[in-house]
Amino acid sequence: MADQTLDAKGLNCPLPILKTKKMLKGMTSGQVLEVLATDPGSIADMTAFCNQTGNELLSQSNEGDVYTFEIKVA
Amino acid sequence: MLDASENTKKMTIIVTKGTLDWAYPPFILGTTAAAMDLDVTMFFTFYGLQLLKKDLDLKVSTLGNPAMEMPMGGMHMSMPNIVSMVPGVDRMATTMMKNLIKKKGVASIEDLREAAVESDVKIIGCQMTLDLFELDRKDLIEEMEIGGAATWMEEAAKSDINLYI
Repeated sequence: MADQTLDAKGLNCPLPILKTKKMLKGMTSGQVLEVLATDPGSIADMTAFCNQTGNELLSQSNEGDVYTFEIKVA
Repeated sequence: MLDASENTKKMTIIVTKGTLDWAYPPFILGTTAAAMDLDVTMFFTFYGLQLLKKDLDLKVSTLGNPAMEMPMGGMHMSMPNIVSMVPGVDRMATTMMKNLIKKKGVASIEDLREAAVESDVKIIGCQMTLDLFELDRKDLIEEMEIGGAATWMEEAAKSDINLYI
């Protein structure tokens, strides 16, 4: 279960990443952020973002046009 | 970056263009790099300095943009160089692009610039350009530091990525 949820639906690159970063900054290590996005580019971008920043991408899934990412704060 | 360590990756971008369309690549890459924990310096020179005005009024030009196409009713309308001679065409293209930006959930340049400032992107304005075009420091954002080629060079020599846009 996520500690916080970010609704980034309808936003285009790079806003989902910028808003994700902003949310993560306010969270503590081990907490989980759930991100909802509709930008298809976010599949590749969230992975790259997590690889670079050391935060762990726990899961990604999609339901219709909405992609859901779960990120564990490093 | 407050926790800048020896291992922090660095990037610089030289920003030379001041139209609405060309404002996007440097600000998107700069803010994204900062979000990915890179230490970012953006050096604004020549027309790029227009992007640091407190009041932004950016436009697109069809001139020198022969590949420009605007989506319209499921089709694409091409914007050959020659149409820029027609009065009002650049204004129309600017309005069309601003509408698309809103409709597609793309950030405004104002928002991206604010994000850059918030994420501690170092913003350097070129002193020579200020002199050359008689730009008033007071019309440009306060977060801008003044510098020159050597200022950029010092950062660039320490950086992993240096881009010229």
